[in-house]
Amino acid sequence: MTIPIEYYLILSAFMFVVGVAGVLTRRNAIIVFMSVELMLNSANLTFITFSSYLGDSVGQLFVFFVMTVAAAEAAVGLAIIIALFRNKLTVNIDEINILKW
Amino acid sequence: MPLDLILFIIFALIAAVSAVLMITRVNPVISALFLILNFASLAGLYLLLNAQFIAVAQVIVYAGAIMVLFLFVIMLLKPEHEKKLLAVKKNVKIFAYVVAALVFLQLAYMIFFVKPSVSINPQVSASIHAGTIESIGFLLYSNYVLPFEAAGFLLLAATIGALVLAKKKFE
Repeated sequence: MTIPIEYYLILSAFMFVVGVAGVLTRRNAIIVFMSVELMLNSANLTFITFSSYLGDSVGQLFVFFVMTVAAAEAAVGLAIIIALFRNKLTVNIDEINILKW
Repeated sequence: MPLDLILFIIFALIAAVSAVLMITRVNPVISALFLILNFASLAGLYLLLNAQFIAVAQVIVYAGAIMVLFLFVIMLLKPEHEKKLLAVKKNVKIFAYVVAALVFLQLAYMIFFVKPSVSINPQVSASIHAGTIESIGFLLYSNYVLPFEAAGFLLLAATIGALVLAKKKFE
């Protein structure tokens, strides 16, 4: 525990920001989805850091639940991407705009 | 330099560099492989933080199950003109980087300059105890048994939903 807590937090912030940039710049739906997973993981790192530095298990419990939700989200999201690809033969999110008015 | 600081620097560098490479590669398969590397180095960081159970779960669930699903879908779908997908308007790109930089500056300001309301005195023994399967399992089956059951139900619903979505042919 000789590492200052700020090091972990700034790494987590950096990974979150990279995820934000990935969501905004990439047009491939699968890569956008992977950037969202990266942001989820940076939040997990913050949870674990505080849980470990405070000596409290509840933060790690939350990460357990986040992992469950991420697994469910990945399964449903990828199924949606497959269904979209069947319909429009593309994963470009600029061309998937049927919900846009 | 203490050993854990050296390990932290190695894992943090791998995590940061692989995250940046993940969003800049053209080929989605390479991107997915860099994301796996990022998740694996995060598991190393979790071990440094004495969170053994979560480190193992990270490797099994994230780097294993979820990324296999991603790679499977990437290889299932026909890789179309990736160059065309990368051709983002310049304004959009600049806007994205400005937003990202602003968010990062805000977070860094919060982390380094805002005084926390509770002072944190890390205790190694409490931290090691917090990360064991025993303490997490105890909480999971006592105070948090209802969310645990809800998570199981969520996974069931997601499995059925994924099956229905991927099977059905839309008209």
